[in-house]
Amino acid sequence: MNAAGSRERILSRIRSAVAGAGEVEITRAYRTSPDPAAAAGLVGLLAERVADYRAVVHVVDEGEAAATIAAALARRGATRLVAPDGLPPEWAPGEPVTDDPPLSAAELDRVDGVVTGCAVAIAETGTIVLDTGPGQGRRALTLLPDYHLCVVRAEQIVAGVPEAVGRLDPSRPLTWISGPSATSDIELNRVEGVHGPRTLEVVVIR
Amino acid sequence: MSGGATFLGMPAFPVNAAAAVQDSQLRYNLRKATHTIRGKRALAVGELPDWTELRRAAKEIKDHTLRNLERYLVRMEEAVTAAGGHVHWAADAEEANRIVADLVKATGETSVVKVKSMATQEIGLNEALELEGITAYETDLAELIVQLGDDWPSHILVPAIHRNRSEIREIFREKMADWGRAAPEDLTDEPRALAEAARLHLRERFLSTRVAISGANFMIAETGTLVVLESEGNGRMCLTLPETLISVVGIEKLLPSWQDLEVFLQLLPRSSTGERMNPYTSTWTGAAEGQEFHLVLLDNGRTDVLADEIGRQALRCIRCSACLNVCPVYERAGGHAYGSVYPGPIGAILTPQLRGTASELDASLPYASTLCGACFDACPVAIDIPEVLVHLRGRVRHPRVERLGMRAAGWVFNRPARLARTQRLGGRLRRFVPGRLPGPLSAWTDTRDIPDIPSESFRDWWDRTDGGVK
Repeated sequence: MNAAGSRERILSRIRSAVAGAGEVEITRAYRTSPDPAAAAGLVGLLAERVADYRAVVHVVDEGEAAATIAAALARRGATRLVAPDGLPPEWAPGEPVTDDPPLSAAELDRVDGVVTGCAVAIAETGTIVLDTGPGQGRRALTLLPDYHLCVVRAEQIVAGVPEAVGRLDPSRPLTWISGPSATSDIELNRVEGVHGPRTLEVVVIR
Repeated sequence: MSGGATFLGMPAFPVNAAAAVQDSQLRYNLRKATHTIRGKRALAVGELPDWTELRRAAKEIKDHTLRNLERYLVRMEEAVTAAGGHVHWAADAEEANRIVADLVKATGETSVVKVKSMATQEIGLNEALELEGITAYETDLAELIVQLGDDWPSHILVPAIHRNRSEIREIFREKMADWGRAAPEDLTDEPRALAEAARLHLRERFLSTRVAISGANFMIAETGTLVVLESEGNGRMCLTLPETLISVVGIEKLLPSWQDLEVFLQLLPRSSTGERMNPYTSTWTGAAEGQEFHLVLLDNGRTDVLADEIGRQALRCIRCSACLNVCPVYERAGGHAYGSVYPGPIGAILTPQLRGTASELDASLPYASTLCGACFDACPVAIDIPEVLVHLRGRVRHPRVERLGMRAAGWVFNRPARLARTQRLGGRLRRFVPGRLPGPLSAWTDTRDIPDIPSESFRDWWDRTDGGVK
């Protein structure tokens, strides 16, 4: 059976399989917008939920962000950093490595860490979403280095998953991150860092 | 290695289960794992005040998609093609394997990295590629344990759930070197040390392999987007680094719109790992970041399932494995007894529909349940598994002894006088009933106690005492 034949065959099987079946309406009675009382506490909720995943979290004012980032990197001893295009320079102190021309996978594997912004953050689930936009870089940048520091601005935080899905553009490659890489495959014990970054540090600007 | 083909020719479920329940290590591993995950899931689900509404929406979205599957598949094909991807249609396992093997050969490569995928296990892709001289490396930690141990997966979400840490350590020490970087000499059985060994073993491979094969948790017709949920980051490695990505996806994984993702991204992580969200979710549309992208749409029996009005609800399944973790039969028999990549309650209804009931094993699966209904309660897309089990039992004949027994019972129950005489006879002869029944009936008493027979039936007692007055 050639490929074109299979397409028609599958589609015609589907047609006869569902012939006569009734139409199904979709009821969306679940929560799609936050209750106003919760909206005020989103920064705190995000910080709490991200920390639940054993990520390191700081909540700071705009003016403190650069110093907090610099101190975090110093504590970590991270000197060779990748800074994606469009990242505010004060978020990556020193002389960060740029991804232009693109770094090879081996080069990315050797840096100490990466600093990025994000597209959206979800308070209820403690999730940050990167869409490869300015200050975030391509997907490999937040994958190969063992340390990822992500800066989230208050206006990027939404309450729940539906609001995040509504804000995101599906034509861009998206990476949703909830805590550092983890596995539970060995007796269901959670172990951080199998393949992705083993340490995730989040700076939330309130 | 792990895969659908290795399950062929297995005996019926009762035979497999009988062997498994004798394995106390297995029973201990399973009980510990399923009870841990059950507790976590209950907490995560309890946190959402609108779980019932989400579950209803999920069920309706899936039913709506299945009803309009033809339209949405064509839409998916258009969207992926418009985004620079290539779409292939595979009517069965053989065709899917042929398409993938040809795509890999066209790249000139002889090895591929894989993201954990039920669909590729179902079609026995690894074995098919091996015959073409292509080595497929599993990169999920549990799949790696299964592959190195020359074993079969036994759980949808945690394929190596039947192995404990010391067994995993032995597998790593003995087998890792055959597949690449050896395990460290001083490897302990600490989960952290084992995970680190896997990290080192696999990282070289991620950085050097140029073709990856994945499945997908969802694909979205409106936008042509594919979605993979994972924890470890091996998925991101495979989806991001290689130059060519081939995704083999069952046609039932479709969702109509981007918005629908808001429902399933809430239901799936909480139902499967009991987390608010899984650590990593990747989405991509067509050829992302300059990658070559191929989507293989797989039927392989799904349209047969769709044609069954009662059975088709099995196609709503999002492979969360919540039904396995609450099932008293799975907890004791383990995943291998089901003889399929789909174990547990969902496997008991999906496998005999996908494969048919010609083999002894597949015919026995609708009976691999107590019909307690815990699976239905746990299912985030509200698949009425007991209903489908009963429906499928109607299709496969009960064992001969059971049919004879039921016919005899029917004969007795049909006339009140016959029942009364039989009960009186039973009461009088009760001293002679053995603890273990002879011949084929022993299959029943081997695992159960025969209840004590009372000396007098309730009706006789009622008559004698005038309703308890005398």
